[in-house]
Amino acid sequence: MTAASAASRSGVLRRTATFLYRRPNFYLGLLLIPPLLWFGTVYLGSLFTLLANSFYAIDEFTARIVYEPTLATLRQVVTQPAHIDIIVRTLTMAVAVTIACAIIALPIANYMVRYATPRIKALFYVGVMLPMWMSYLVKVYAWRLILAKQGILSWMLEACGLQGLLDAVLGIPGIGGPSLSSSYLGMFIVFVYMWLPYMILPLAASLERVPESLLQASADLGARPRQTFWNVVLPLTLPGLAAGSVFTFSLTLGDYIIPSVVGAPGYFIGMMVYQQQGTAGNIPLAAAFSVVPIVLIMIYLSLAKRAGAFDAL
Amino acid sequence: MSAAIEFRGVARRYGEVRAVDDVSLSIAPGEFFAMLGPSGSGKTTCLRLIAGFETPDGGTILLDGQDVTDRAPYERDVNTVFQDYALFPHMTVLENVAYGLRVRKVPREEQRRRALEMLELVKLATLGDRRPLQLSGGQRQRVSLARALINRPRVLLLDEPLGALDLKLREEMQIELKNLQRRLGITFVFVTHDQGEALSMADRVAVFNQGRIEQLDTPRTLYMKPATTFVARFVGGANVIEGELAQRLTGAAQPFAVRAEKVRLRQVTDAVPAASMHCTGTVMDVQYHGATTRCQVRLDSGELISAASTDADVAIFPSGSLVMVEWSRDAAVALR
Amino acid sequence: MRSSAKPHGKSWNRPSVGARIAAFAGLAFMHVPVLVIVLYAFTTDDRTYAFPPPGLTLHWFEAAFARSDIWAAMRLSLSVAALATLFSLVLGSLTAFAMARSTFRGREAITFLLVLPIALPGIVTGIALLTAIKSAAIEPGFWTIVAGHTTFCIVIVYNNVVARLRRLPRNWIEASMDLGADGAQTFRFIVLPQMATALLAGGMLAFALSFDEIIVTLFTAGHDRTLPIWFFNELFRPRERPITNVVAVIVMVVTFIPILLAYYLTRSGDDGG
Repeated sequence: MTAASAASRSGVLRRTATFLYRRPNFYLGLLLIPPLLWFGTVYLGSLFTLLANSFYAIDEFTARIVYEPTLATLRQVVTQPAHIDIIVRTLTMAVAVTIACAIIALPIANYMVRYATPRIKALFYVGVMLPMWMSYLVKVYAWRLILAKQGILSWMLEACGLQGLLDAVLGIPGIGGPSLSSSYLGMFIVFVYMWLPYMILPLAASLERVPESLLQASADLGARPRQTFWNVVLPLTLPGLAAGSVFTFSLTLGDYIIPSVVGAPGYFIGMMVYQQQGTAGNIPLAAAFSVVPIVLIMIYLSLAKRAGAFDAL
Repeated sequence: MSAAIEFRGVARRYGEVRAVDDVSLSIAPGEFFAMLGPSGSGKTTCLRLIAGFETPDGGTILLDGQDVTDRAPYERDVNTVFQDYALFPHMTVLENVAYGLRVRKVPREEQRRRALEMLELVKLATLGDRRPLQLSGGQRQRVSLARALINRPRVLLLDEPLGALDLKLREEMQIELKNLQRRLGITFVFVTHDQGEALSMADRVAVFNQGRIEQLDTPRTLYMKPATTFVARFVGGANVIEGELAQRLTGAAQPFAVRAEKVRLRQVTDAVPAASMHCTGTVMDVQYHGATTRCQVRLDSGELISAASTDADVAIFPSGSLVMVEWSRDAAVALR
Repeated sequence: MRSSAKPHGKSWNRPSVGARIAAFAGLAFMHVPVLVIVLYAFTTDDRTYAFPPPGLTLHWFEAAFARSDIWAAMRLSLSVAALATLFSLVLGSLTAFAMARSTFRGREAITFLLVLPIALPGIVTGIALLTAIKSAAIEPGFWTIVAGHTTFCIVIVYNNVVARLRRLPRNWIEASMDLGADGAQTFRFIVLPQMATALLAGGMLAFALSFDEIIVTLFTAGHDRTLPIWFFNELFRPRERPITNVVAVIVMVVTFIPILLAYYLTRSGDDGG
């Protein structure tokens, strides 16, 4: 490479570089156009199409989509008793899972932050993140194995002589079923397991932010550890709880895999969406159903924001 | 011969704040020039404007007589030593120093040779293969110096280069920098908030305050004849008399400065020397500084005056005693 | 990290035995299922999920590797993941460069936009993409899968790269330009080497995410089967369960290792940078 050609090659590159350097806005635009173009067309475009579809209806006779705006499909979703059933069921499960996750996560997070030595704390952090990184589907499948009729859990209960207890629990209508892996209780356990790390991490972060001096002050004024926890720690970790609950709530609300794999026959919103677009081919109904979680999550997000969740994230 | 650096009415704003407000100056080739001022005074912004890291909102900047206002930093014959050295951690010391040659596509062998030369110049020839993180603060500073000089720029900019060093190291580096500049003969522009540093090293000093240059003069002139109250206080900490007291003592309301070493303390009952100004007050504090003793006196009119003396006799006025403070009329420097 | 011999905290603040048990039990609970899967991949029983497994064997691994449908699904998953990673690396990096330094109007809007695919449940993204595919009369297949994966992998890459860029002292870029390097040279010599770990980490996370993805892929795949889809279908069939377990172990390993590496990359980047 001669000096002359090297200079000329760098000449063009340098001229372009300088050109862009002098026009920062142009350069910015250049950088942003490809990703924005992608997002605009692929993602926003899809969302828009989804919302649009929820305003269409399916013709009863021809089973084809009628491209005329109507509120009929949306109304169907919120008025038909079977549909309301589905929404309520999903919402109940989401709330129950959120509460359970919070209850289980608190002692773990509290121990992690307050009592663990630095080495143990690191172990806990990695230990909590590890399951999060494991494949989602594999975890669901694992639980199906564990909860199965002759799976690990029933073996363990048998070994402890608690088989009768299991049968009694499975006999409770509403949450029981033929086996754990086809009951709401089983589904509940799986949901709690799956989203637990998403609750623990923001909670731990929030707990870290409570200054040690507050706890000392509380003890100094005569409070026992439990009282300190209820009166000082818990209120201050509300943002962390709110942040974690956003995950558990929205993840449960929209999930359709877990209810199909480990589930009772009752439908959940996600399953409904999946089924309607698949075999039934009723895209408008599927779209309308998917509007429900969007709305519910938006409402929940605004509530969580008020509780300070976004500062905790 | 055209000035090495020239500012003509340069301005730089950040929203409402005028960081640099209509600054004009001219720096001669081969000069050791200091820009002095408190933080936020605009001196660092001016340095960055010379380097090209910022573009002015108004005015022109000329290097060697050429208008460089729109030129990128890599198009200017100016190099900078950064306050925190900005050494590239993923390169060795030698690679850092050779960087300026590398981007100019100088052959590898010559890069190495010249980089070693520069390291010898700053007395770090053996540390070429180390990484910046393994060096001490003083060593890093020399590396950044070597790196900035390898392209043999016309102008070297230094942004508070001695701030991070301890006292002894700082004093050593001051002497070294001065020698280096004399040897290389290039223009040094030096930003600092330490007036002692500026006065001891520079040929001329520009004192900045709130985006403007209050005074641009040799160190001696700045010290002996400050132009404004700000310069009087900032450079050398002179006493500034203004307002009513000034009116009473000089007959005019114009403020003036008196250096502490020109202020003498006398017994209240002493006769007042001719051609002098005097007031009475109470001694608040006596500080022993080794070679000098400083006295803080609260005048009856309320101001605080500093008197400095190398004599021991100022010590006969202990804290709380009434004194007369007096200085000759010549010692008063009129201020704007 | 120093290990302390004595327990952390004041004596009035020591955890009760119950608290300690609860914490460690909770931690163990979170890991049991995965260990179960690995165990079941070696069981000799192929009919039920009986526990304890009657025997251990490597036979199912052999059988799985002989299955052509598994290989086909694996190939598809790998190629989709590779492409999605590539696209999201490019698009995510471009966005990160734009957002790392400059402040401009609409900046918050863009952050919000980037987070949306992860914030909204997968079902919404899935059904949205499907309706768009149907409306545009495209045949769902390889490219629609890639498109879906790329969209939420972008934010993964973006987060990693932008965090690294923000930690890059502005001084270094100025110093480089001061010494004579233009924007392109500065990028090549200074920015890129520093960004390397972030790009690698982001890419690996994106790869793992794409490989494991099921929720959105079920909507965008049409008749194609990625490995997770293959797996999902097998869940409802009673035959040859241990092979399914073997595939589960494979999926776990292929997704877990990149994530682990990415974690160590970002951690060591913090110390060295």
